Amino acid sequence: MEYLVETKNITKRFGGLTAVNKVSFGVQAGEIVAVLGDNGAGKSTLIKMISGVHQPDGGQIFVQGKEVEIHSPMDALSMGIETIYQDLALAENMNVYSNIFLGREKTKKVLGLFNVMDSQYMFDESQGVLDKLNIQIPSLRNNVRTLSGGQRQAVAISRSIYWNAKFLIMDEPTAALGVAQQKLVLDLVKSLKDHGLGIIIISHQMHDVFAVADRIIVMRRGEKVGDLKKEGTNPDEVVNLIVGSESVV
Amino acid sequence: MDLGRSWALIFLIVELVFFSLAAKGFLSLRVFQMVFFFGVTVFLLGVAELFVIITGGIDLSVGYIVGFASIISSRFVALFLQTGMSTLPALLLGIFLTLAIGLLPGLVSGLLIAKLRVPPFIATFSMLGITHGVSELLILNGAVNMPKLSTLFGNGYFLYWAPGPGLSLFVRPEIPRGGFILELIPNIVVVAFVVIGILSFMLKRTVFGQYTYAIGGNVDAAIRSGINVSRHTVKIYMLSSFLASLTGIIYVMMYVKGKGDAGASNLLDSIAAVVIGGASLYGGKGTVWRTILGALIIAILETGLRVMGIPTFDKYIIVGIILISAVLIDKIFPDKTYMDTKE
Repeated sequence: MEYLVETKNITKRFGGLTAVNKVSFGVQAGEIVAVLGDNGAGKSTLIKMISGVHQPDGGQIFVQGKEVEIHSPMDALSMGIETIYQDLALAENMNVYSNIFLGREKTKKVLGLFNVMDSQYMFDESQGVLDKLNIQIPSLRNNVRTLSGGQRQAVAISRSIYWNAKFLIMDEPTAALGVAQQKLVLDLVKSLKDHGLGIIIISHQMHDVFAVADRIIVMRRGEKVGDLKKEGTNPDEVVNLIVGSESVV
Repeated sequence: MDLGRSWALIFLIVELVFFSLAAKGFLSLRVFQMVFFFGVTVFLLGVAELFVIITGGIDLSVGYIVGFASIISSRFVALFLQTGMSTLPALLLGIFLTLAIGLLPGLVSGLLIAKLRVPPFIATFSMLGITHGVSELLILNGAVNMPKLSTLFGNGYFLYWAPGPGLSLFVRPEIPRGGFILELIPNIVVVAFVVIGILSFMLKRTVFGQYTYAIGGNVDAAIRSGINVSRHTVKIYMLSSFLASLTGIIYVMMYVKGKGDAGASNLLDSIAAVVIGGASLYGGKGTVWRTILGALIIAILETGLRVMGIPTFDKYIIVGIILISAVLIDKIFPDKTYMDTKE
């Protein structure tokens, strides 16, 4: 099956340091791939080349089989690649539907003169995407500040889905959450597979990785040192790869 | 309703009760209209400051832009009258030019803040100095008077009623000396509230308002959502500067002559109005009508003290104390929900 997003020998250098060295990997539609590695192993740099934050110094990126150049996060967005950052990029002082439509507000004309926001439309559409993803939020008119960490994460994900994300990159999605909230988010991530999304998760939490990922990629010192199916591995093997006592490519 | 959010309203009621009992003649239509008449400056500057404060900034220049606009508008009008233009076109053209030039201080501080990352405090503080200096330079040879038409409008009412002539819009009917006349809603109050109504609508219902809240709430989120944050920031400071200029024009229509420090003492009032109205100096929070509530508290205080015959500088002391109290109440009863920024 064709990869949704694929890299071939992708490389990034910062001065004399090679942060990512000739890494090739791919993610299929409906597949969740976890990227693991110690601090400074190059996971973030690898991901940022796909989300358009960094430009690679070598290698190629393919989206749906076609080679592309991603110059900026806006480029990535236009290709359906959305990144959900740890801080979620939500305006906590605003309500849920305003956040889902932030920067892309739906307006209508009144008296044929002024453009005003069509709040009802934004509310209905937001409710629609939350229902589709089976997300429960008390009221979309509540400010994001009143929501739990898991609900906020869900809002950020719904926003990406609403705006036609095909490929989601999630940076430590459960890092700041309690146990119950973690489960909520992980269940949501798993359900996204059924919507045909390809997902990359960066995580430190072995439990999360084994709970949701189909495949695990391990990075060490800028290189890919492991690309394992979840069924064929176990946490011990993965930890050994991370710290560098063995290599399975 | 918890105390943190409703204390301003309670304070307003206490204030009204106090002055009704303590100031003889406070409870009257005339004084009630005086509150709004003299409150216009604080209403407009408060709302100007509100937009800036919601984005997480501050504008210290509004007070001296009032003076600057009061002087250049009277200069322009006098100049046009000298060239033989008749009064109304000279007035309108002078006002239009003043409003256009009045955008400049905001444009400069906005660009400094948005493009060169100068802190709003410094950028607008510099504009305070510059507009003040330019105003004093322009007035070295004495201030010029505005034509009578302007003063009539500035001190006139929207609606008159007197036995005999009956109802009349804008134009004061001729009545015998000492005869009864009902004067309703000062013109400048009508102007101010039309402007304030539009601004409230903008903040609540338009994308412009939405971006203003977003920038104050989470500037990174705003940037990543594709909002042109620096352009919006420049617009916000220009809006503030525009409203201060409008206030200056209203000032000169009330008092005939422009004055460099016309609005200088209102900087404190305008920031106090916003904070009393529940906005956060950290940004992201605040509404127009709550700012008007804050401004009304200050306007009632000013008029109440005036009716009691207490010197106005006592007002500054009290406003200073209320401002500090407002900030402290906000700290003691934090509003965790920020529900009042949007419904």
